[in-house]
Amino acid sequence: MLVAWNAFTPVTALIGGALIGAAAAAFVVLNGRIAGVSGILGGLLRPARGDIAWRAAFVAGLVAAPLAYGAFAVLPEIRVDAGYAVLIAAGLLVGVGTRYGSGCTSGHGVCGISRLSPRALVATLAFMAAGFATVFVACHLFIGL
Amino acid sequence: MYTAASFLAGLAFGVGLIVAGMANPEKVLGFLDLAGAWDPSLALVMAGAITVVAGAFALMRKKTRTLLGAPVRLPVERAIDRPLVLGSIVFGVGWGLAGICPGPALVLAGYGAIKGLVFLAAMLAGSALFELLMQNRQREDGSNGR
Repeated sequence: MLVAWNAFTPVTALIGGALIGAAAAAFVVLNGRIAGVSGILGGLLRPARGDIAWRAAFVAGLVAAPLAYGAFAVLPEIRVDAGYAVLIAAGLLVGVGTRYGSGCTSGHGVCGISRLSPRALVATLAFMAAGFATVFVACHLFIGL
Repeated sequence: MYTAASFLAGLAFGVGLIVAGMANPEKVLGFLDLAGAWDPSLALVMAGAITVVAGAFALMRKKTRTLLGAPVRLPVERAIDRPLVLGSIVFGVGWGLAGICPGPALVLAGYGAIKGLVFLAAMLAGSALFELLMQNRQREDGSNGR
């Protein structure tokens, strides 16, 4: 394995991770809920009375994050290499998969593992393995996808 | 109060993603590309987040009310079943294709990135499609008397 030391950003990764953790921690301590983005979004697709505002607020917070960050510092560059066809296919898969599997990187990966949930650990191993395999196939077997 | 706390949690979560570099699909793909030049950053993001959240869950384990007086609603499902594994694999394939998962998809939309918006629209369509399929299935199960 070849580590890309020039791309590795351990300090900001840990600080950003701790901030994500603090947000998820505050969410359980104050709101009593799991900060699982796919679940929070999914609940908005079949809205129930009294169950909309907190979900919409959390989503709005995520969307507003670049605006808030940009008010204090220059936003880091982002790069999306995937073309539109791949983005649409990927989006559909993520949309279906996270609902069928009841969670994503935040709900299973961060919150679930923090609670030592065997279910979340299995889910995280499954999506990580599938992610590694997909990138291997896309980048090393079919160059240019 | 409850809704405001929810907004601030989402905001801090999103800023954390930006600081960590995880709003950038290129960086996420750098982690998922084990056979290429591997960027281990995402592992540290998860380790940092999990360390902090674990403390909060330990604190809330025996509590039924939060600091705001709201009920604690944590998942009770424990089964490791086919939907969990199959759904997670499908999600992982999509994640590997674009380097975007649901949290960063919303942050990218906030960046105003057209590609982020396209991904988000497809993702919501996928989730809506899944909801429709599930509702139909439940209705059929109901009419079959099951």
